[in-house]
Amino acid sequence: MILFRQALRFTSRLPFICGRCRTYSAQVGSVERVISAFRSVSGDEGVSVGSAVREQHGRDESVHICRPPDVVVFPRSVEEVSALAKICHHHQLPMIPFGTGTGLEGGVGALKGGVCFSLRKMEQVLDLHQEDFDVTVEPGVTRKGLNSYLRDTGLWFPVDPGADASLCGMAATSASGTNAVRYGTMRENVLNLEVVLADGTVLHTAGKGRRPRKTSAGYNLTNLFVGSEGTLGIITKATLRLYGIPESMVSAVCSFPSVQSAVDSTVQILQAGVSIARIEFLDDVMINACNRFNNLSYAVTPTLFLEFHGSSKSMQEQVSITEEITRDNGGSDFAWAEDEETRGRLWKARHDAWYAALALRPGCKAYSTDVCVPISRLPQIIVETKEDLIRNNITGPIAGHVGDGNFHCLIVLDPNDPDEVQRVHSFTERLARRALAMDGTCTGEHGIGLGKRALLREEVGPSAIEVMLEHRRR
Amino acid sequence: MSARVLVGVKRVIDYAVKIRVKPDRTGVVTDGVKHSMNPFCEIAVEEAVKLKEKKLVKEVVAVSCGPQQVQETIRTALAMGADRGIHVEVSGKDYETLGPLQVSKILAALAKKEQADLIILGKQAIDDDCNQTGQMTAALLDWPQGTFASEVNIEADKLKVVREIDGGLETIKINLPAVVTADLRLNTPRYATLPNIMKAKKKKIANVKPADLGVDVSSRLEVLKVDEPPQRQAGVKVETVHDLVGKLKEAGRI
Repeated sequence: MILFRQALRFTSRLPFICGRCRTYSAQVGSVERVISAFRSVSGDEGVSVGSAVREQHGRDESVHICRPPDVVVFPRSVEEVSALAKICHHHQLPMIPFGTGTGLEGGVGALKGGVCFSLRKMEQVLDLHQEDFDVTVEPGVTRKGLNSYLRDTGLWFPVDPGADASLCGMAATSASGTNAVRYGTMRENVLNLEVVLADGTVLHTAGKGRRPRKTSAGYNLTNLFVGSEGTLGIITKATLRLYGIPESMVSAVCSFPSVQSAVDSTVQILQAGVSIARIEFLDDVMINACNRFNNLSYAVTPTLFLEFHGSSKSMQEQVSITEEITRDNGGSDFAWAEDEETRGRLWKARHDAWYAALALRPGCKAYSTDVCVPISRLPQIIVETKEDLIRNNITGPIAGHVGDGNFHCLIVLDPNDPDEVQRVHSFTERLARRALAMDGTCTGEHGIGLGKRALLREEVGPSAIEVMLEHRRR
Repeated sequence: MSARVLVGVKRVIDYAVKIRVKPDRTGVVTDGVKHSMNPFCEIAVEEAVKLKEKKLVKEVVAVSCGPQQVQETIRTALAMGADRGIHVEVSGKDYETLGPLQVSKILAALAKKEQADLIILGKQAIDDDCNQTGQMTAALLDWPQGTFASEVNIEADKLKVVREIDGGLETIKINLPAVVTADLRLNTPRYATLPNIMKAKKKKIANVKPADLGVDVSSRLEVLKVDEPPQRQAGVKVETVHDLVGKLKEAGRI
């Protein structure tokens, strides 16, 4: 399939410079005809063909080059989305949903031109049900925006990918965050979706307005769309599961002599049933970068950053159980804090990891890998990956959600050095295949996007791909 | 220390809401619009609760003036750690015209009644941006004031306040009792957790009327009209520098 071969185009272009503005392709005679139809649905301000606007909607925060759509529309309601989709369907125009443009895999690139549906004008928080712990949001609502809205209720939505992403976009990419180990990812936390299909049909995946905490009614359409990355429909509403803000949060840091001892501690902490919410792993290269960036003096060895959520009475006990486990595994310099400011300082190293990595080589760009393996295989894959990095002279500090077996190499590279770009590309392919060989996945959180389509075929196998394509064809 | 802190909290339209002016131009639309505690009041409550956690004060009392709905705002303060609340009932026309002068009279009367040693307020409310209540309250009580505080410390029986001023930071030492108004960088307010919200339901909120405190809430100000800022006009593209200069001259800019 043509689309899969395009996945390997990463090497030949300079990935960070936005390509020259796409001139209208042969298809687009039809785009010009439909623009007035679009305007009659969304008004003049709701349709844009300006080159700056199109370029803005052709890129996200990944390394993939900008692939602008032919036109950007700004619908204000699901009725408008449906009407616009019908027009696109009639003229066979590709449709690309756009939330906040903070994806990391080039998902918004308009490979064949088409119409970008920018959903930012639909930004209402609808239907909050505090006692039922659920809320429905439109695509323009971001995760930080929702948590700010909820701040007086004692509830929060804990899935926290790095960016302040659109919640519906997070549903589309099945996003995850640092506290997935306790609260799960989007797959576990979306109760219902309102989706506009390619022909304009408005679908409620669990039934209109329904929000039971569990159901066994029919096929699980909700989770079919979670992670579909905009290929099956445009998400216009998401009903999300909320959690109570924990009474107390305690953060801790601990250094380890080896990756193995850090991961062993992680497994034992999970087995001990400690109320852990975040376990983050930073390797020695990353700690070194963080020390230099933030003027800190952590020991330059594999380090775990932990956070516990629970009642204030139980915190003391949780922390001492954990400290004992880390000590038994050779851990040292265990430090912990409960108040917000000291916690902030402890975690600053982890939060600034991306920028600390970039600061290692000023003027370069960063690309994050995203494999996930069963936890028991983590030490082996990290050790082999580090050897690969050193052998190929690649700057790749490692940060990971070790509680899920998911880690990122924050590769810092010079986009103008074709040899380095090629080395990095081969490295990421080897890394993904290494993860697949260990019963893992080539993408734990970021999605397949443009760059991993060939890997998806290797991961799920040709029969699964056929089933997926069948769904998409319909 | 047996100090008692009074914290004023105001219920305002939530900062994230897009404000719309009423069609009759007498005010802004408030019906059905999300309201929450003024962000600077959140910072004030957080500071008071921090002082209590450091055992520098004994009791934190949250006060709000307005109709029934302000009880939600007081409950949020209780969920953040205040010990009890006082709801000063003001409703209808009186509430629409309630401003810093009346509120400061109320706070001054309450401070005397409750024998407060410290009053912490937000530096200003995000709906009227007056930045007057703290200063007026201090003047009515003849207490010293530490306004725009970015740091507050109790040292012996004095208050050391670092103030954010145009030129930078100013550190002052003032006697207690005093009035402090909180600026943005004083602290980061905690989120009210669900267990604490449940506990707060059991804390007491006393009801008081302004007349009980001997305060007249009638206003000496009358709002004549409220307008939106002028709509931004689209720009004009010109082809050459010559045209640009011509247009600027036309507009009287050069």
